[in-house]
Amino acid sequence: MIDTPAIVTRDLAKRYGALQALAGLNMTIPRGAIFGFLGPNGAGKTTSVKLLLGLARPTSGSAEILGQPIGERASRRRVGYLPELFRYQPWLTAREVLLLHCELAGVDRAAWSREIEDALAVVGLQDRGSSRVGTFSKGMQQRLGLGVALLGDPELVLLDEPTSALDPVGRHDVREIIRGLRDRGVTVFLNSHLLSEVEQVCDRVAVVDRGKVIAEGTLDELLRSDTVRMRVSGLPRGAKDQLAPFGAIDEDGDWLVVRGVDADRVPDLVAHVVGLGGRVHAVEPRHETLEDRFLRLLSGD
Amino acid sequence: MLVLLIARLTVLELLRRRLFLVLIGLTLIVVALTSWGIAQVTTVGGRPMTRVEQVTVVSQLLILVGFMFSFTLSFSAVFAGAPSLSGDLESGTALAILARPISRAEFVIGKWLGVIATILIYALPTTALQLFLVDRIVQYVPPHPFEFVGFMVIEGIVVLTLALALSTRLAGMVGGVVALILWGVAWIGGIVGGVGLVLNNATATHIGTATRLILPTDGMWRGAVWALEPATIIAAIRASGPAAAGNPFFASEPPDALYLAWTAAWIVAFLGLAIWSFQQREI
Ligand SMILES: Nc1ncnc2c1ncn2[C@@H]1O[C@H](COP(=O)(O)OP(=O)(O)OP(=O)(O)O)[C@@H](O)[C@H]1O
Ligand SMILES: [Mg+2]
Repeated sequence: MIDTPAIVTRDLAKRYGALQALAGLNMTIPRGAIFGFLGPNGAGKTTSVKLLLGLARPTSGSAEILGQPIGERASRRRVGYLPELFRYQPWLTAREVLLLHCELAGVDRAAWSREIEDALAVVGLQDRGSSRVGTFSKGMQQRLGLGVALLGDPELVLLDEPTSALDPVGRHDVREIIRGLRDRGVTVFLNSHLLSEVEQVCDRVAVVDRGKVIAEGTLDELLRSDTVRMRVSGLPRGAKDQLAPFGAIDEDGDWLVVRGVDADRVPDLVAHVVGLGGRVHAVEPRHETLEDRFLRLLSGD
Repeated sequence: MLVLLIARLTVLELLRRRLFLVLIGLTLIVVALTSWGIAQVTTVGGRPMTRVEQVTVVSQLLILVGFMFSFTLSFSAVFAGAPSLSGDLESGTALAILARPISRAEFVIGKWLGVIATILIYALPTTALQLFLVDRIVQYVPPHPFEFVGFMVIEGIVVLTLALALSTRLAGMVGGVVALILWGVAWIGGIVGGVGLVLNNATATHIGTATRLILPTDGMWRGAVWALEPATIIAAIRASGPAAAGNPFFASEPPDALYLAWTAAWIVAFLGLAIWSFQQREI
């Protein structure tokens, strides 16, 4: 069982009336992966998560999570979920919400109180466990939702924009929580548009746009690392043109930006600049950020 | 059992949201007032009442109080049932719950049982107290006290099941209004049917029969009325001719077994409809 992937989808599609919310999603997410699912507003991220959890029904295609067909009760047995719209019973206390989900998730009765206290501590609500959820701030509710998603030792956790209401400390906490999950071998499916965040924790990403995956892979595969930035002074006018064979040249203030350089040609580039009379103060190989890549993808490049 | 978990959660919600505390508070005031009122009806035209007169008056007063119970029970069933599914869907609390290994059927049945339990929590002590007080004050017990409570609770369950089925598709307010209008229509339909009997008008009689079948709330209310009527009164009103059939506060006979079976089937069918409709819903 454990050798089935965490998530497999085959041409999973969803149509709302005339609107194709998801147009044939094909992906395989191995166990233990931290998977970032990116896309602009309305791309179909939340729709995908709802289909995986059986909250919405696919128009066509099929999928399995943890080896079970979606929509079946068994598929949701070891799954934690933080909805994009995180709302919990306002008339319950935080502890009671967690207790409810312990029961729903079939957690062993003997483990309830430990699970609940652990969850409260991990999301930083240990002092507010006895407060009614109705008195919580938005960020506190999202923290509670995160705690709910972590209950009962899940094998797969689906987080739909888990930091949308959180302060910087909360965002940092979430990254730590996700790293903790990775260390325990839990698969994480993370919907987000916060690219820097995804960059910091995910090992695989897919980019969706208008219901279609337009790029998928590990961050290394997806992001170019062939740009070099150099701070150079004293380069004679016109000398830059002679650098053209190394790549596309650009200027950014004091900095010279060269795109499309092979990593092992960087020393040659520096030698060449020096040979042309330039004084080199700094050399930085620069990875493309996910944001650059994202914008490039969406602009149809 | 996840059904019982959802039922418990529903009861807790209704209790914590104070609807039922308010309802019980108000009902206790009414019970106190009617008991006090009943204690006052001891004389007629300056002379002490005979026992027959007293039983007549008290039993008719009890029927009016019974109507108040039937009314508040039906209304609270609607207020609790109509927003129960739609409210969770609108607020988003359903997302986290239904993503757990629970079936939609378990969720709907749990909600249904939870509201029924709350109805019982409300109806049993208040009606028992009312009947007990009347017994203490004027030593009168209606002929079928258990049937009275039973019919009223079934009436509440019928209208709750209707509200719950509507709640799978309509917003709480809309579903509640629809359920209450239908409940009122059924009540009027019962009167129309009775008038049809009196006037020997087939169309009116058929309308009455149709509403009794489409929504068996008024049929159950008539059962509750019958349970409160002393045999002497039934005999007297019967003797006065067929006109009594048009009176919504009178019933000469309890609902027959066939009609009770129909009502049970109606409840099962509408609960099934609610489950089916909720299963089709996208969350
Ligand atoms: N219940 C619904 N009825 C009709 N259309 C819907 C429904 N849910 C989603 N859609 C449509 O499906 C598309 C994808 O929506 P989805 O919520 O999956 O986007 P998303 O990628 O999560 O966006 P965001 O980043 O804004 O959360 C949108 O065009 C949306 O309008
Ligand atoms: Mg979304």
